[in-house]
Amino acid sequence: MSNLYFSLALFGTSILAGFLGAMTGLGGGVVIVPALCLLFKVDLHYALGASLVSVIATSSGAAAAYVREGYSNIRIGMFLEVATTLGALLGAYLTAKVSGNWIGVIFGVVLLYSAWTSVHEHEARPADHKPDALAMRLNLRGTYPVDGRKEEYVGEHVPAAFGIMFGAGTLSGLLGIGSGAVKVLAMDQAMRLPFKVSTTTSNFMIGVTAAASAGFYLSRGYILPELAMPVMLGVLVGSLVGSRVLAVAKVKTIRVAFVVVIAALGIEMIFNGATGRL
Amino acid sequence: MAEGSDHKLEMAMGRMLQIGVTVAALVVLAGGILYLKQFGGAMPDYRHFHGAPAGLVSVHGILSGLMHFDTPSVIAFGILLLIATPICRVIFGVVGFALLRDRFYAGVSAVVLGILLFSFFLRR
Repeated sequence: MSNLYFSLALFGTSILAGFLGAMTGLGGGVVIVPALCLLFKVDLHYALGASLVSVIATSSGAAAAYVREGYSNIRIGMFLEVATTLGALLGAYLTAKVSGNWIGVIFGVVLLYSAWTSVHEHEARPADHKPDALAMRLNLRGTYPVDGRKEEYVGEHVPAAFGIMFGAGTLSGLLGIGSGAVKVLAMDQAMRLPFKVSTTTSNFMIGVTAAASAGFYLSRGYILPELAMPVMLGVLVGSLVGSRVLAVAKVKTIRVAFVVVIAALGIEMIFNGATGRL
Repeated sequence: MAEGSDHKLEMAMGRMLQIGVTVAALVVLAGGILYLKQFGGAMPDYRHFHGAPAGLVSVHGILSGLMHFDTPSVIAFGILLLIATPICRVIFGVVGFALLRDRFYAGVSAVVLGILLFSFFLRR
């Protein structure tokens, strides 16, 4: 195959990955790394580099739309970015220490977990907890629109959320992904923020988290510009289209089908890693 | 009132991110077209890890490649613009929170900025 055809095939696949990532809310990175490794037989570290670049693009590209809706919370985001960026430094450092096969296995597990969270029905929690003193002192609160009114919320379990965010950052740096599923876990389950606030703030944070690993990735030569080019452009196009479709269509059944694909990729990554093929 | 200014800062950040991504994507696209015109034939080896060429692993190297109109450097420059976009957002945070007289969050943003710059200027 010539370089031109390879790049075009990669571009097409990346559009699909970005679309899938947006439809499932998991981001393009979790699809593009297995696609590059398993389908295109690209070296894992090059795949991580290309994915990280596309993650920064989709997070930043979607931010403007989320901000307009008024759900994301920049204070909570910025505060937790201290944890995710530190974690990302550790994760990026570990990519050179941990073998590719182990990275593949961890990647597969994260894929399976992410797939599970995206089909798992989210249950609304009654907001009858008393305000968390630490969260109040750190001003980790805000309002969000509910049926035209402004509803108040205050974060809880701040230290636990901070710890989970450090883990999310480590996974992001180690796997070249946004690890949105883990970020949502920290804000939704630990801090008990409204779900919409958690998902939009998570997206807001992904770009900064990924930027913290980008320096390492660049200086280690993981980012091949000519390989990252079709991936970044494709994922960006796919995710923009995906979020538009998501906004206008009820897509429950398609979503479940996509999640099955993601789970299958997860199992294949674990298999390939465990048998030493990565 | 405070909330209104918060939202303004958020909107400014969102707008900045959008512009940054658009510019970066256009540079990457332009570099990509030039690159494929030049090197569209032979398939590079992506199967085995060799690391990116020496000129493409540092900001300095990429900028000097750009001066020589080396097409992979043009793409890499677009990628640098992309990486700079969220970093700019954090700078917006430092300045924006300072203007809102929120010292604590101006400080938090400065810490995040420090970590980002540390990651970038650290050589290994």
